[in-house]
Amino acid sequence: MNKRRPYVRSMDGWWRKNPFFVEYMIHEGTALFVAAYAGILLNGLLHLSRGEAAWNAWLDGLKNPWYVAFHMLALVAIGYHTYTWFKIMPRTMPPVIVGGKRLADGAITGGGLAVAAAASLALLAAVWGMAR
Amino acid sequence: MAENQRTIEIEVLRYHPEKDKAPYQQVFQVPFTDDMSVLQGVQYIKDYLDGSLSFRWSCRMAICGSCGMMINGKPSLSCETFLRDYYPARVRVEALAHFPIERDLVINMEGFIEKLESIQPYIIPREARTLAQGEYLQTPEQLNVYEQFSSCINCMLCYAACPQFGLNPAFIGPGAMALLHRYNVDSRDGGKAERMELVASEEGVFHCTAVGYCSEVCPKHVDPANAVNQNKTNAAADYFLRFLAPKGGAK
Ligand code: SF4
Ligand code: FES
Repeated sequence: MNKRRPYVRSMDGWWRKNPFFVEYMIHEGTALFVAAYAGILLNGLLHLSRGEAAWNAWLDGLKNPWYVAFHMLALVAIGYHTYTWFKIMPRTMPPVIVGGKRLADGAITGGGLAVAAAASLALLAAVWGMAR
Repeated sequence: MAENQRTIEIEVLRYHPEKDKAPYQQVFQVPFTDDMSVLQGVQYIKDYLDGSLSFRWSCRMAICGSCGMMINGKPSLSCETFLRDYYPARVRVEALAHFPIERDLVINMEGFIEKLESIQPYIIPREARTLAQGEYLQTPEQLNVYEQFSSCINCMLCYAACPQFGLNPAFIGPGAMALLHRYNVDSRDGGKAERMELVASEEGVFHCTAVGYCSEVCPKHVDPANAVNQNKTNAAADYFLRFLAPKGGAK
């Protein structure tokens, strides 16, 4: 008789078993904040299309301390998402050869973060300029 | 044994299919010296404490790929992981995660072997050459494109690091995909079209959600996650280019 009886371990709670997986789940979870924020902006656009009164009401709504707190939370979450996103970027693309040598992972991650920071600052400056 | 010998606790996940319903932990007191690997610790248990303990090993120099285990929850080659780095705490060893346990630290690797066969891990010559025509030549740049992926030693640590493989064992997985990529990007090879069908299939690269732990644990710096993700792009390109240049052949 065949004595083999391979035992299959359960995958229940797999992401709690390793700090790397916990980080991965937080990364995935923060994507929800990105989606929620897109929802907020779309809602603003909707109000804008309904005329000035609706737009101003939406703006007033944003001043609610709960809303402000949510914005702070979303900023942190989206910042973390950006950081971890660029951290895995070198894993996802073909090698970049510069001067006959392969570009290091750190350079790709750093470059991505620098571009993200520059783009955010440029957008902030543009909106700031428009609002004045 | 030499002087300055200390004793460390090694906790092993045991499983003997003929008598155990499920795996259980067993703790051994193992005397060790600074130069002893976890593999040597486990060998000590087998030689002096419990001869029924089963595990795989061969080269004890990180090249054969047979001694992979979960060491404190991390997929590792036990021959290049040292007991001194855990002392005075206890070391936990367990069979590689996500694979069925055959016996103690021995996993069932049949699924992996089948995947390895399915990727046709050999050069399918692009053009037939006779002996008289001489060898296939390759530039250092052409070698660079695949060399990293050819370092894979089939240790399966990347599979033990891949939750998507754990959740769906049919997923072709990081190691086999790294080797598939190794042959696909070799300038001498002409088998890419055949292998791409596997890449884009149900079991192919799109199971991957870019967790990236596989590349983290790979002892040979193969970066299997990179092979998987480059092939997501390749498969997507194939899919769209098909509409531009219909040549048939896709199933
Ligand atoms: S890719 Fe790395 S971790 Fe995976 S089987 Fe090959 S050598 Fe092992
Ligand atoms: S015994 Fe060969 S890799 Fe560890």
